[in-house]
Amino acid sequence: MEAKRLTPATGPRPTSNWIVLWGSLTLLLLLVGLYLALLWAPEEATMGIYQRIFYYHVPAAITAFVAFFINLVASVVYLLRRSRIADAWAVASAEVGVVFLTINLITGPIWAKPIWGIWWTWDARLTLDLVLWVMYVSYLLLRQLTPRGELQPRLAAALACFFFVDVPINYMAIRWWHTQHPQPVIFGGPGSGLAPPMYVALAICWMAFMALGYVLLRLRIEQEMDRHALDDAQRALLLEDVGG
Amino acid sequence: MHSVVAAFAAAWIIHIVYLFTLASRQRELRRALNAVTTQRDVR
Repeated sequence: MEAKRLTPATGPRPTSNWIVLWGSLTLLLLLVGLYLALLWAPEEATMGIYQRIFYYHVPAAITAFVAFFINLVASVVYLLRRSRIADAWAVASAEVGVVFLTINLITGPIWAKPIWGIWWTWDARLTLDLVLWVMYVSYLLLRQLTPRGELQPRLAAALACFFFVDVPINYMAIRWWHTQHPQPVIFGGPGSGLAPPMYVALAICWMAFMALGYVLLRLRIEQEMDRHALDDAQRALLLEDVGG
Repeated sequence: MHSVVAAFAAAWIIHIVYLFTLASRQRELRRALNAVTTQRDVR
């Protein structure tokens, strides 16, 4: 039987150079952000040095929310068009979102302990944050543990549309309810805000996290497309075996 | 001070662990793809 050409598994990839370029830029931004957050930004009056955790805690949350929004859009596109690339974007963005939300959930209690005297409290913001993490971890488990096929991505896409509802409620929680978690300092209305150097440190750290999120997203999407190529190749082999 | 170092270290460790997980998964995938491609080429 004549050999057919399949997806190349070796050799340079078209996106390799792009990843190296973005990866270098991201590393540079992360290092600059680290310097600004730890050494350059002024110390906050009430919380002192502990407030510096803010420069990773907040960008991690925003990046996670952006990733979950991408997951929502990709899931809706998948439900409408059944396109593989939309499904790849959906699973990749959920995974990257969980990584950043994990950072947010770990840095939060580390910050809370010296300031509040407790690691955790079940206020609206913290609870909704944890619920959000559990929901997207369950989304990833669903994708991991159920057989790959037509039904799995459809079910995951439908669930993703419901799960995203938690994101705006989570964002608004500190505006709607009195919480142990501080009231918003960005877009928080009169009396809120940051000193200009603090804004600079926050912006650079956020840009670094967004750039890193983009690199991770692209790598994970490529991986998902490779997985589809492998499924196709294995299916083709199986069909050849059955056909003799 | 310890809390600040712990928070920043935790973030970097999580990123690095995820990157290594991605790289290891990718290696496995490419190995499997290579095996299937070779199998088909042999036929």
